[in-house]
Amino acid sequence: MPVATANQTIGPYWHIIEDKALADLTRFGAAGEKIVLTGRIVDGDGAPCSAACVEIWQSDPPASDDFPGWGRANTDDNGEFRLTTLKPGPVAGRGNVQQAPHIAICILSRGLMTHLVTRAYFRGEALNETDPLLTSIEDPAHRGTLIAVPEGDGVWRLDIRLQGDGETVFLDV
Amino acid sequence: MNEPFRPYAAGSQPSLDTPDYRSTAKRHPLRPRHPMPQTITETSGPRFSPRLFPATTDLTTSTNGKQALGERITVAGRVLDEDGRPVPHTMIEVWQAGASGRYDHPGDQHDAPLDPNFHGDGRVYTDAEGNYSFLTIRPGAYPWPNHKNAWRPTHIHFSFFGPAFATRLITQMYFPGDPLLPLDPIFNGVPDPVARDRLIAQFDIGLTQPDYALGYRFDVVLRGRGATPMEG
Repeated sequence: MPVATANQTIGPYWHIIEDKALADLTRFGAAGEKIVLTGRIVDGDGAPCSAACVEIWQSDPPASDDFPGWGRANTDDNGEFRLTTLKPGPVAGRGNVQQAPHIAICILSRGLMTHLVTRAYFRGEALNETDPLLTSIEDPAHRGTLIAVPEGDGVWRLDIRLQGDGETVFLDV
Repeated sequence: MNEPFRPYAAGSQPSLDTPDYRSTAKRHPLRPRHPMPQTITETSGPRFSPRLFPATTDLTTSTNGKQALGERITVAGRVLDEDGRPVPHTMIEVWQAGASGRYDHPGDQHDAPLDPNFHGDGRVYTDAEGNYSFLTIRPGAYPWPNHKNAWRPTHIHFSFFGPAFATRLITQMYFPGDPLLPLDPIFNGVPDPVARDRLIAQFDIGLTQPDYALGYRFDVVLRGRGATPMEG
């Protein structure tokens, strides 16, 4: 049996399938703490990555008819993405360990041959100190690239650097 | 430790650092990906229902009922996992340039005529056996600024979700016999020649509808489950 099919870049024209409604995971009226997850994606020169596709998936709150758990947004000319969702709670990990609240992020773009995966955690969560993934990242500066910071009014920012100084930790899942 | 979804086979996936594809130069991370055990976040994934995301399996007819220009083709295939099990009822997104080699997208300023009756987006679902099919027109090749006289081979973009966040796949389907394939850095970015050639659809006379549309078969494999799946 053949192995998994090769990925290829999403390219610059994926907006042909874009639906702006997908950037709001609360559009079906789900109850919970509404938050905005925003950030700026930049390349190795610090230049904005526009027209990238940012997809999120969260296992908490569990997906339902009210809450898809999945969303998609583009980045604008400044490299900024913006998604509205519900703040996740702790998530079961392997064994008896709990994972800190987090949102999985999948980044696709022109210039990316395959998707990049990372996570957004939330600054100030007590469980961040014992989260199995966060604690597996030794360098605190690297670990910090996964932790979104509050900007007030329910807005959380996670800037993403694809390459170089401050490079985001990307995950081998 | 065996992971719920097995790792990608060596050579089967393109490197993020693909120098011949210039745009990867400043976008590929310099550090290797950080290893992590898959958790419920990676082993679960979104579900798409045709109620909220209706299937659009005919790309050749515009919303006003007019026919797109170009060579009609049926693209069909099967979505399996690495153990040969069908991936049932999964959503597939497709998008492509029109017959002249131009996308209906403001960013595409290639000096080729836009067909007002072709937008180039579709959404299909696999059936219980993993089969899918849609009707479209054969896209054209188009130039791009990667290097002097660079042209992308004719291709259709495909997006697959599969059963989990870990099975996400975005790829491109190419056409057999395209003389641009040996020159294309994106296609050739897949190191293993067997894996690379599996991105090329096969002409299928059995799928070809007489007096109507040529048939191309494009089978796809999503990541399979590990030998001994872990709990949670």
